[in-house]
Amino acid sequence: MYSYLLPEFAIERKTERCIKCRVCERQCPLGGHKYDPDLDAMFSCEEVCVGCQRCAVFCPTGALCVRPHPSQYKLNFSWTREKLQDLKKQAETGGVILAGSGNDKPYKVYWDHLVLNASQVTNPSIDPLREPMELKTFLGKKPDSLEIDLSEEGFEIKSELNPNKMIELPVAFSAMSYGAISYQAFLSLAMAAREVGTLFNTGEGGLPLEMREKYGGNAVVQCASGRFGVDSEYFNCASIVEIKIGQGAKPGIGGHLPGEKVSFNVARNRMIPEGSDALSPAPQHDIYSIEDLSMLIYALKEVTNYTKPISVKIAAVNHVAAIASGIVRAGADIIAIDGIRGGTGSAPKIIRDNIGIPLELALAAVDKRLRDEGIRNKCSVIAAGGFRCSGDVLKAIALGADAVYIGTSALVAMGCTLCQKCYTGKCAWGVCTQDPYLAKRLNPEIASAKLVNMLRSWEHEIKEMLGGMGINAIESIRGNRDHLRGVGLEGWELDVLGVKGAGE
Amino acid sequence: MIGLERKSSERYLPDQGREACGLFGVMNTSGKRFPGNIAISAIKNIKVRGNGLGGGFAVYGIYPDYKDYYALHIMFENKKRDVKTTVEKYLTENFNVAYDEQIPTNPQVSLFHPPLVWRYFVTPEKKGDERNFSDDEFVVDKVMHINTSIDDAYVFSSGKNMGVFKGVGFPDEIADYFLLDKLYEGYIWTVHSRFPTNTPGWWGGAHPFSILDWTVVHNGEISSYGTNRRFLEMYGYYCTLFTDTEVMAYAVDFLMRRQGLPIEVVSKIFAPPMWDAIDQMREKEKHLNTTLRMVYGPLLLNGPFTVIVARHNEMFGITDRIRLRPITAGAKDDLVYLSSEEAAIRSVAPDLDFAWTPHGGNPVVVRMNSTDHLLSMDNSI
Amino acid sequence: MAGLALKAGLRDIFLEGSRHVSELGGYATISGSEAWIDALNLRHKELNDLLREVASQGARDITVRNVFGQRYIGTRLTTVPGSDVNLKIYGTAGNDLGAFLNGQRLTVYGNAQDGVGNTMNDGEIVVHGKAGDVAAMSMRGGKIFIRNNVGYRTAIHMKQYNDKVPVLVIGGTAQDFFGEYMAGGIVILLGLALSRDKNHNASYIGTGMHGGVIFVRGNIEKSQLGKDVGIYETDDRDLEIIRQYSGEFAQRFDLNTEDILQGHFRKILPLSKRPYGSIYAY
Repeated sequence: MYSYLLPEFAIERKTERCIKCRVCERQCPLGGHKYDPDLDAMFSCEEVCVGCQRCAVFCPTGALCVRPHPSQYKLNFSWTREKLQDLKKQAETGGVILAGSGNDKPYKVYWDHLVLNASQVTNPSIDPLREPMELKTFLGKKPDSLEIDLSEEGFEIKSELNPNKMIELPVAFSAMSYGAISYQAFLSLAMAAREVGTLFNTGEGGLPLEMREKYGGNAVVQCASGRFGVDSEYFNCASIVEIKIGQGAKPGIGGHLPGEKVSFNVARNRMIPEGSDALSPAPQHDIYSIEDLSMLIYALKEVTNYTKPISVKIAAVNHVAAIASGIVRAGADIIAIDGIRGGTGSAPKIIRDNIGIPLELALAAVDKRLRDEGIRNKCSVIAAGGFRCSGDVLKAIALGADAVYIGTSALVAMGCTLCQKCYTGKCAWGVCTQDPYLAKRLNPEIASAKLVNMLRSWEHEIKEMLGGMGINAIESIRGNRDHLRGVGLEGWELDVLGVKGAGE
Repeated sequence: MIGLERKSSERYLPDQGREACGLFGVMNTSGKRFPGNIAISAIKNIKVRGNGLGGGFAVYGIYPDYKDYYALHIMFENKKRDVKTTVEKYLTENFNVAYDEQIPTNPQVSLFHPPLVWRYFVTPEKKGDERNFSDDEFVVDKVMHINTSIDDAYVFSSGKNMGVFKGVGFPDEIADYFLLDKLYEGYIWTVHSRFPTNTPGWWGGAHPFSILDWTVVHNGEISSYGTNRRFLEMYGYYCTLFTDTEVMAYAVDFLMRRQGLPIEVVSKIFAPPMWDAIDQMREKEKHLNTTLRMVYGPLLLNGPFTVIVARHNEMFGITDRIRLRPITAGAKDDLVYLSSEEAAIRSVAPDLDFAWTPHGGNPVVVRMNSTDHLLSMDNSI
Repeated sequence: MAGLALKAGLRDIFLEGSRHVSELGGYATISGSEAWIDALNLRHKELNDLLREVASQGARDITVRNVFGQRYIGTRLTTVPGSDVNLKIYGTAGNDLGAFLNGQRLTVYGNAQDGVGNTMNDGEIVVHGKAGDVAAMSMRGGKIFIRNNVGYRTAIHMKQYNDKVPVLVIGGTAQDFFGEYMAGGIVILLGLALSRDKNHNASYIGTGMHGGVIFVRGNIEKSQLGKDVGIYETDDRDLEIIRQYSGEFAQRFDLNTEDILQGHFRKILPLSKRPYGSIYAY
């Protein structure tokens, strides 16, 4: 506990409503509420409150209100309250300030400056309630041409095809490892992905043995710098293998899963001793250059007998277009690009908030570059980092993405309130914790149903928007920037995005 | 290509190239010339380190009949007659052109968008104040002019009795195209197989990069590129190709030719020891290394690299200080080899006398009539 | 390049020009459980296709000659069910020899390059020569014996789990960042060819190490160690481990165990299981 910090949140308890049922006390894993039997009264401990709103939501009488603490330093646009508080924490500990979730700083969100098109008069819109709307998407490398023979049985494809994975809608769950999130949350993602016909991503935490048969077909398994839980069976049970080079929330650095989060089961999946720190180095130490990446891509193709698409996930940074081109040329079947607003279970705040570039610009640049070089069909592009709604998704696909990864949205659907304290492991919502008492708050049956609901609603919304444009198959909006216009963007931004300004 | 002087802001400079590669070099230390098949087969062995978008060779000792003339290999990217006329007018204004011809190519080999490549054997014709410059400085200045100011023309190499042959394709295809195995014999061959992510399909982007008789082949990406480039610009080296390899070529020219430092010192500038290690050194050595870091800090090449640099009578290979990129050396009788992978050397010389991998930042220096290269076996594996 | 409509396109560096395994019959001979492959002029994937093919046909003792840098030898055998294969490799084994290996045994008569036993899970690799950089990276099980020296970052992030304790024995010396990030396993550095007055080659030994043990025979200065490790005298249990694996090493290379055990062994251990436990502010 820090000595000289102002509390971030104020906990207001309306005593006339409080029935001292102590629900708040039980729900708060941080000790924010205490019952004093001698005084028969409830007390709050504001300095521990992270504003997750668990107590407020669970209070049966609506007696609690948690809101930003009114006490403040003198208003200063440069020296904000956050900057001051972080300095004080560092002065006390000498430590690197941690943060969870995604970048919360006011960088421009380009999705909010792009608008989509609809048909009027010259082209009929389509009613998705009655007419077929198709969102099936193939992830993997496509050939430039097909060799087709005509035999007695009809046409026959002669070309050897690269492995592709078909998904029912172009939205998949981003990499979130068991260890970073609870088993219940992890399982919920897998269940929902299976139900909807899309993908979940194991991150670097391994895939539990008991889940492999049932959920392997919907799993993207990662091979990351720590190589945790990685062996030939792990790769071969999945449908896509992803090499993790970087993450939007923390480009260029690795990660440390602290020993206290490495429970018996987490340890089993990562194949490391229980309670030991799981250190993921910053680079993969067999990849120091693009030809080394090529070496690992083909090592993974070898170990999967050339049956799985190999994805490479990078953080969006300077020169991302050139890097992406190199990745395709190195043999990757899929590139995942994670932008500056991508989430994390834990990252140094200075990295989370200052490193990387917005996804929208990166995605547009990569798509253009690959087309300029004539190699866009040699890989699929998955965009990730800060997708909040189906509108963002469709805009990304119109900019050129084949599909998107969603992380934070899925966590929110399961209960997360973006308090950004994932790294403490004390998530009151049972999402980002290994504490069995907290984790069991998340029922996979219910949480997966919520995820499925969310995906279904997005699916429906995407169909509505597509129908409005007179398009009934997702492939016709992919890279179709004619259907995008920019609002409130400068010339250079429109140039990078490759879209016209509204009215142009 | 766009020279810096024509741009008002660095914002408009093209990206630095990011690439990685396979390297190979071989030198006969008694100066005996040999054909290209060793270098060609060796680089073929490590084909997967490139991606077919760049290959090239530097060969020393190939023009004995014109050994006193600067041999300018000039590429005309779009084969435009007027560009060639402009260049030739510029050459005759500044040089005496003793002989010129198209570099012979094999019409059977079809490569991506081949340019016209011509060679000119020239001696400087200095006028007025130019007489104060050495021949070498004069040639550098004129080469820079062609590269930065004449669109579509680019000088592959400009040394005496040596030449660079490069283009878009795997190196063995480039060798076939320029008939290297049939027409040329040299006593040093260096070769490069490129894996570029920038300028794919531009012949000028292939390695080796060259200035005078210096040639550089490089694997890796220099994270300090911007620092290195802007430092060299102060001394008149304008990077026109935006690859880190070019920076390396100019840095070598700057330190070794202009300032006369030996590679044994230059290696401590490019790949200096860590301060931890310097702290352990004896006073004199400590003073040297500290001073080098203080003075030449902007030329520290940070990030992963291996380079093979050659000039007449010398070839050296060096990696970055924590060896993020590989190098292996091999020796058999008079021949000394440097390569990204040992297998490439073994594929052309199965029974080596020695094969070793030096310590990071420790150069393997191959010199004529010497066994200096064996010094790098100290601390090697 | 501006305005140029031509595009260089993409060339698949590994697969372009690779022949189908059905065209490679001339390179392999099978007789019962034995097979011989001549790898001269075989591309990376071609050789591994052939290895998989002969293993699928039941070959268990496979000899490969004329290896010049082909990569991933042994990796694909992990996809052949029940392939308990002994592989003899003559030549220079290419990068990622035995990557992800899962129980097979590979013996190289020659040098190996970078990435020997990358993320290996089980099995054995024996190299009658030296190995390049990042040998035994992220290795989790099995054994690797290298007769001569190894390059940079050997045993980086080696780990262990329950009964899976990887073992790496090196006859020669190692270059920098030896045992970096090590999280488990047993590494033995013998320095057999090191002269008495010379130290081992490596600096920054055990940087970030947080598990496992490195036994070193031969001289090492404190300044060669990373900041996260200490060097200690061995105890009887240590010597037992050293004796066992030195014996196995000697047996692979036809050396005398007692000669090896003559030397003075010390051990390098992490100072903390959590080298980065206190660098953060929560």
